Amino acid sequence: MPTGVSIDIRELSKSFGNVTAVNQLSFSVQPGQVTGFLGPNGAGKTTTLRMLLGLVKPTAGSATFGGKSYRELERPLATVGTALEAASFHPGRSARNHLHIYALAAGIPRERVDIVLGQVGLADYSHRRVGGYSLGMRQRLGLALALLGDPGVLVLDEPVNGLDPEGIRWIRTFLHDFAAEGRTVLVSSHLLSEVQQSVDRIVIISRGNLVYEGGLAEFDSDDRVLVDSPQRAALEAALVLAGASPQITDAGLLVTALPAAHIGAIAHDAGVPLSLLHTQQGGFERAFLELVGEGDQP
Amino acid sequence: MIGVIRAEFAKVITTRFWWILLIILIGYVAFTAAILAAAFGGSLPGSASNASQLPSDQLPPLIYSVASTIGYVFPLILGTLAVTGEFRHQTLTPTFLATPRRGQVMIAKLLTMASFGALYGVAALIGSVAPGAAILAMGDNGTGLGDEEIWLMFARTILAMALWAVIGVAVGTVIPNQVAAIVVVIAFTQFVEPILRTIAAFVEWAAELGKFLPGAAGDALVGASIFSALGMSSGPSGMLEWWQGGLVLLALAVVAAVIGYATSWRKDVT
Repeated sequence: MPTGVSIDIRELSKSFGNVTAVNQLSFSVQPGQVTGFLGPNGAGKTTTLRMLLGLVKPTAGSATFGGKSYRELERPLATVGTALEAASFHPGRSARNHLHIYALAAGIPRERVDIVLGQVGLADYSHRRVGGYSLGMRQRLGLALALLGDPGVLVLDEPVNGLDPEGIRWIRTFLHDFAAEGRTVLVSSHLLSEVQQSVDRIVIISRGNLVYEGGLAEFDSDDRVLVDSPQRAALEAALVLAGASPQITDAGLLVTALPAAHIGAIAHDAGVPLSLLHTQQGGFERAFLELVGEGDQP
Repeated sequence: MIGVIRAEFAKVITTRFWWILLIILIGYVAFTAAILAAAFGGSLPGSASNASQLPSDQLPPLIYSVASTIGYVFPLILGTLAVTGEFRHQTLTPTFLATPRRGQVMIAKLLTMASFGALYGVAALIGSVAPGAAILAMGDNGTGLGDEEIWLMFARTILAMALWAVIGVAVGTVIPNQVAAIVVVIAFTQFVEPILRTIAAFVEWAAELGKFLPGAAGDALVGASIFSALGMSSGPSGMLEWWQGGLVLLALAVVAAVIGYATSWRKDVT
């Protein structure tokens, strides 16, 4: 089984005329986990990925797979599998022929074509012309091409766009298992909520600059828990005593920086019965939007 | 490199365009050869007296050579589409992902298209010779098929068609926009060049330049042309030697391919 290598982006920059699309970006992606590459549309994600893959020439800096640039890889499709946002197919060609062409070009055995068509669930439609495919089927075909060389590294740009909920669930499980085998996965998205259930680590860029690189757990430190009790004053006192600073709202007490289980234990120790204990959703997305500078907008 | 060439072959034969174009080429060439054979070969009643002013030994090469003199635009378009289609459908992305060394892809495309151009040449010759020879024979004219010269002309026709397909690839890299490239190819081959060659036939100083026009060079390579037969580029300096014509086509292909490689082919793929 192929194992993954690390992806290293060092001081990578790209300017289109006067516009700086990517500005001295540095981060690395390790094997064995799924890394989310996040940022709003236009942040420079696709440009970064295309520089990584040798499709766009960087203005400065380097992007390598295990120390080698994409162009230096001896067997590129067998080392790095790629599905980029703009699905590129000749509409008059069948899915099978599409894959077969790139298998020929990259010296990949023909049997792999049927294997990956089965893996992405397109085996029954593989003789049809791609022009008649739905967006979801095109995404699956893009993924089939990425998997064609059985690579140790996967680079996917917005892979869940156009997928139905079942497809999204499938790809989450797939990426998780793929990384669990020791392979490297870099998956981009403009929505954190889209990937937060499936990534272990995140890299966030905004306007071409790195704004966050690290674990998902550390990213959202201000978890908010809504808690209430028939004896609200006693609960508040117990929480203050434990070092929290609860805010009083109509719905109950809003506590930040304490996990729900901990708050429950505090109430239990103080002998206060609880009527509500609820971790608020959307904390990641809010923190994400604040970080990339869209949270301020009305 | 073998795999890259095989991939380029597969790209052509997995879409319908190449054989649609091939069938039109054969039909067009066969129709034109039949009309010419009937008109000049005197098998139509009354045509012999007023139309046939050509020596009968010039007739077969004139008729058979329509395979390339009017058919050359087909391999040219096929080669152009082989490149512009990749730009249009954004398939350069997977192509360059599978083969990051872009020069290899370009060379594989040039070689592949040369082969398809040669195939078009063979098919177009069958299209011109089959009806042409049949009609000539019916009118009691020689078919010339026993002549060694004719078979050498066939070989040069196939070479010319291969070169035209290669030029098509080069044109496609210089003009990656598919619609623009096809408009330029058709406008140049069907209107601009015929007009320039007509002018060159009547203006003495222009004749020297006119024979270097791509179509004229192609005709020179083949060695016979409806243009020269009808006196439109006649005169002692009317045509290049066949090998000079071949070199002009080759030079055109190389220059355009180098320009295309340095511009669109090496550009960022976004």
